[in-house]
Amino acid sequence: MNAADDGAGAAGRALRPDEIRQMWQTRPENDVELSGTGATRLAARSFTEHRLALAGLVIIVLMLLFCFVGPLIYHTNQLITNLNNPITQPPGHGHLLGTDPNGFDELGRLMFGGQSSLEVGITAAIVATAIGVIVGSVAGFFGGVVDAVLMRVVDTLLAIPLLLLLIVLSVQFNPGKYAMILVIGCVAWLVPARLVRGETLTLRTREYVQAVRVMGGGSRKIILRHIIPNAIGTIAVNATFQVADAILLLAALGYLGVGIQPPQTDWGSMLSVGASYVEAGAWWLIWPPAVCIVIVVVAFNFVGDGLRDALEVRLQRR
Amino acid sequence: MVKYLLSRIAQAIAVLFGVSLVVFLLFHLQSPQALAQSVIGDRATPAQIQSFFQQEGFGRPLWDQYYLEVDHLVHLDFGHSWTFNEPVSTLIAQKLPKTLVLVGCATVLALVVAIPLGIFQTVRRNRPADYALTTLSFVFYAMPSFVLGNLLILYLAVAHHLFPPLVPAAPSIGQLLSDPRALVLPVVTLSAITMASFSRYMRSSMMDAMAADFVRTARAKGIRKRRILFVHAFRNAILPIITLIGLAMPSIVGGAVITETVFNFPGMGLLTFEAIQRNDLSVIVAVTVVFAVAAVAGSLIADLLYSVADPRIRYVSD
Repeated sequence: MNAADDGAGAAGRALRPDEIRQMWQTRPENDVELSGTGATRLAARSFTEHRLALAGLVIIVLMLLFCFVGPLIYHTNQLITNLNNPITQPPGHGHLLGTDPNGFDELGRLMFGGQSSLEVGITAAIVATAIGVIVGSVAGFFGGVVDAVLMRVVDTLLAIPLLLLLIVLSVQFNPGKYAMILVIGCVAWLVPARLVRGETLTLRTREYVQAVRVMGGGSRKIILRHIIPNAIGTIAVNATFQVADAILLLAALGYLGVGIQPPQTDWGSMLSVGASYVEAGAWWLIWPPAVCIVIVVVAFNFVGDGLRDALEVRLQRR
Repeated sequence: MVKYLLSRIAQAIAVLFGVSLVVFLLFHLQSPQALAQSVIGDRATPAQIQSFFQQEGFGRPLWDQYYLEVDHLVHLDFGHSWTFNEPVSTLIAQKLPKTLVLVGCATVLALVVAIPLGIFQTVRRNRPADYALTTLSFVFYAMPSFVLGNLLILYLAVAHHLFPPLVPAAPSIGQLLSDPRALVLPVVTLSAITMASFSRYMRSSMMDAMAADFVRTARAKGIRKRRILFVHAFRNAILPIITLIGLAMPSIVGGAVITETVFNFPGMGLLTFEAIQRNDLSVIVAVTVVFAVAAVAGSLIADLLYSVADPRIRYVSD
């Protein structure tokens, strides 16, 4: 349209009709599947162009398959010990990654532990984000005394190293896998709460919020329908980083021996077992869970970075 | 300015009270039975439990106990440890200097390595060196300190005998420093994660500074690139890092807990972990208050340093 208007394109002279027609034809190299210029589509396109984020997503999917589908293919017994089994053997003789001091096959244990690590990590992050969103949006929206009280609570809890709180809670309650999700969620909600409060403070002044207020909309409706959906970008980015942090926290607890109790296990507890054999040089007990933890956390960090870049694109488009 | 300082100190004291309240409540969430048994032993008779309660004043209402505890804290009387059978102040006086050595060395090492790395990555941005270092930072950021610690022990201490695998259990700080080789691995482990995040921040901060208008002016004036980099851009880029050091204090201190467990370093982290495992209330409260003081002081000093370093910032009390 613009070319036809001013009649001079990149050629610097008036374009002939067939040239104009050519410009408007879709050329193969311009044909992107995600065509269209909507803000979400632009964000999705930015995400897919961000190679690291895609790599992260692929790694996460592969790891999920490995942990949940793997045991269906590679059968090992992870719950019942058999004293006839060889213990602490290096890889070989039918055990692809060797055996651990209880006689369990290490590769199977890796998959079994991965199930716990990933389940608890992802679910705890969802719980933490949910609590944080509720507390943050209420504090930011209502302001005043509510805000002051809630933020003082958040500040106080932030002054204690999170790991300490977690250790105290774990030692007292001896949580199983599902209680551990609640425990980590109840400790990790502080950062999303602060973020969402900041976003709410910004969004509260927007015209559409004021319009809904004038029309008589109740506070709950405003928060649920207007503020939270518009803050969803920041929330989603933070949620991915929360998953990475939750997996690391669970692994730390497992390493210290206060995490998930046997026969359930997670990568951190496997490392704790491996650490007692480090001076015997039992590398097959240490490297596999270590590599798994690092890969998964790095993958989630990549995805979070990619989401953050995509979010910036979306903001620019506004 | 003075007003701001006073209000921040008042807030800090409020946070400390809040922290002691949180720890107190967490501790008393468990049943008195379980508490007594974990301290005296599983086979304690009811009479022994009864006398334990009376001795420690657990029969009184909760607010009475809390008031007593705060009273003691304010007079800097930290009580007596059940586990170690020593006054808690002695324990802290012994262990705090060692943890300070560890945390101090780790922070200094992290800064000394991360800042030049960040500047180097800015100069070589988007080249292979930059990508390689970025990937390394991601990996180290994702690696939990117990993973890195055990890997370092496995390769440097066990396989190659370069450093001792554990730190000598030295009662005094002089003896701890007598074998400096033993300090290398714990310090490197603790500083690795901080190094990774500092270098990422330094890189993005320097890139922002280099894109600023004053750099363009300096270039137009013909100032040499090295001077622009190290004198003009650097001074502006270093400001967020100063705040970051203060804010990173709680996480470095928390990381010290795990690192001390890995290397058996006789400091506050190991003390905390053992005290939590054995339900030693006095020690837990004292240690948590010390950590909270460190966190709050860290963020306060960071804010003050920021206002000193950047004359554009003037604090008004809110």
